[in-house]
Amino acid sequence: MRRAVFRNPWLPYALVAPQIAITIVFFFWPAFDSLRLSLYRASPFGDRLIFIGGGNFTRLLGDPAYFRSVATSLGFSLVVTVAGLAVALLLASLANARIRGLAVYRTLLLWPYGIAPAVAGVIWLFVFHPSFGVLPYLLSFVTDYQFNWFLKGWVALTLIVIAAVWKQFGYNLAFYLAGLQAIPGSVLEAASVDGAGPVRRFFAITFPLLSPVTFFLFTLNMTFAFFETFGLIHAVTQGGPGDATSILVYRAWKDGFDGLQLGYSAAQSVILMLLVIALTAVQFRYAEKKVTY
Amino acid sequence: MDRSSAITHVILVAAVVVLAFPLYYAFVISTQSLDEVTSLPPKLAPSTHLVQNYADAWSRVGMGRLLLNSAIVALAVALGKIVISLLSAFAIVYFDFRGKRLVFWMIFVTLMLPVPVRIVSTYQVVSVLGWVDTYWGLTVPLMASATGTFLFRQYYRTIPDSLAEAAQLDGAGPLRFLWSILLPLSTANIAALFVILFVYGWNDYLWPLMVTNSQEMRTAVIGIDSLIPRTSQLPEWNVAMAAAMMVLLPPVAVIVAMQRWFVKGLIETEK
Repeated sequence: MRRAVFRNPWLPYALVAPQIAITIVFFFWPAFDSLRLSLYRASPFGDRLIFIGGGNFTRLLGDPAYFRSVATSLGFSLVVTVAGLAVALLLASLANARIRGLAVYRTLLLWPYGIAPAVAGVIWLFVFHPSFGVLPYLLSFVTDYQFNWFLKGWVALTLIVIAAVWKQFGYNLAFYLAGLQAIPGSVLEAASVDGAGPVRRFFAITFPLLSPVTFFLFTLNMTFAFFETFGLIHAVTQGGPGDATSILVYRAWKDGFDGLQLGYSAAQSVILMLLVIALTAVQFRYAEKKVTY
Repeated sequence: MDRSSAITHVILVAAVVVLAFPLYYAFVISTQSLDEVTSLPPKLAPSTHLVQNYADAWSRVGMGRLLLNSAIVALAVALGKIVISLLSAFAIVYFDFRGKRLVFWMIFVTLMLPVPVRIVSTYQVVSVLGWVDTYWGLTVPLMASATGTFLFRQYYRTIPDSLAEAAQLDGAGPLRFLWSILLPLSTANIAALFVILFVYGWNDYLWPLMVTNSQEMRTAVIGIDSLIPRTSQLPEWNVAMAAAMMVLLPPVAVIVAMQRWFVKGLIETEK
C-alpha cells in the first residue's frame, strides 16, 4: 500500500462523498429494499403490502416456468459464449502469422461492439424475417422446413444467439489475434521440430498460453449474455414464442413492470443478486489462482 | 511463410466481410421502397429511397429529440462517472482517513449490484425522488460504479510518490496537484474510460425503459421500438432500418474514431 502523502481532516471525505452518496441511494438502498420486498406481496388493489415471509420464494421454486427460464438463461449464455469463443479461437489460430495491417483488421472487426443489442436484434430480425428475409429465402432452396421464429421457439433462440454472437464476435477475434501475436514463434517452431502436428501444437501450447485471454473473454461474454441482452429480447422476441426466449432478467422485469407483482419480481432480483455474488467470488478466486497474467 | 500469410489474409478478410454483411444488408434495405423490400428474391443493391426513408423515420418518432436524449445520457453518464471515480480514487490513494477500508469495500460491492439485479426497487427509489421521466433519473443512478474507481486507483498507484512530495514541497495543495499534475497524466485512461462509458450509456436499454414513460424522454434505442413492424402492421422495414442506422451510427463512430483508447479501455475496465 502506498504511503498517504496529503493530510487533511475533511477533504478526503468530500472527495469520496459523491460516489458514496450515489452508491448508498441507488445501490444499497434498492438492494436492501429488494430483500425486504421479496418477503411481501401487493394487496389485490395494489395499495398496501402484505407480509408473506418466504412465500415468493416457495412460489418461484415451485414454478416450472421459472426453472425453464433458468435453463434458457444458462443455455443461452453458454452457447453465446462458447460458440463465439470457439469460432473466434479457431479463426485466430488459422490466421496466426505475423501479418501486416493488423491495426486495420482490428478496426474492421471491432465496430460491431458499438451496436446496441436491441439494434443488432432488429437487423437480424429482418435477416430472419419469414416472408422477406434473405436467410429463410436461401434456406427455402434447401429444405421445405419453415424457419419461422414467430412460431418456433428454437428458431427464435437461434436468432437471438446469432445477433448476440455477431455483436461480440469481432472483438473476441481481435483479442485472440492480439494474444497470439504475443506467443513467441520460436516456441511453436521448436514443438514443430520435435514432431508435434498442428493439432497437438494447438492443445499443448497455443491454448494454454491463451488461457488468460480466454478467461477474460469468457467472463466478459457471459456477463454480456446474461445481463445485457435484455434489450435484444425486449425489442425482438419479447420472451416468446411462448416463453422460449424468456431469460431471467427479462422475466424479473416483466413480472415487476408488466405484471406489477413487485414482491415476486423482487424475489427474482434477490436470486439474481446471489448468483452475481457467487460468480464474482468464483471469478476472483479463479483469476488469482489459475490464470497467469 | 508467404503461403501462410496469404491464408491469414483470406481468413481475416472473410471474417470482416461476414461481420459487415448484416450492416450492409440493413443499409441496403434502408434505401429501398416498400415494394422492393417485400419482393422476392431479396434485392441486395442500394436503391433510391434513402432520403425519403430517413425523413420518414426521423419525423415519425421524433428522432431529433431521441438522439439528443441519447447524447445527453451518454455524455452525462460517461463524464459523471469519470469525474466521480477520479475524485474517489484520488482520495483513496493519496489520503489516509478513518473509514477508508469501508469506503473501498462499499465501492467494490457495487460490482455485484448491476441494474438488472435490483429492477423494481431502484425504480421505486427514483420515483420517491420524483425523478421519473427526467434527465436526473436517466443519468445519476448510473454514475457510480466500481470499474472507474479501480481503473484510476490502479493507475495512480503506478505514479511515484516522489512526484506528489515534490509538488508538496513547491507548496501545491492536494487539489492543485490533482488538477495540474495527476489529471494531465491521466488523459489516456480518461479517454479509454470515456469510449467504453459513452457506448454503454448510449446503448443501455433496461434503465431508460424503466424510468421514462413519455416519448420525449425516451432514448434512441428504445424510442425506435414503434417503428419495428409487428405482424399486423405494414412491413415498412425500410423505415425501421433507416432508424436503426441512425441510432447505431454515433457509438460506432466513437469506437472507430477513438479505437486506440477503446482497446485500452476494454482491457483495463474488465481486469
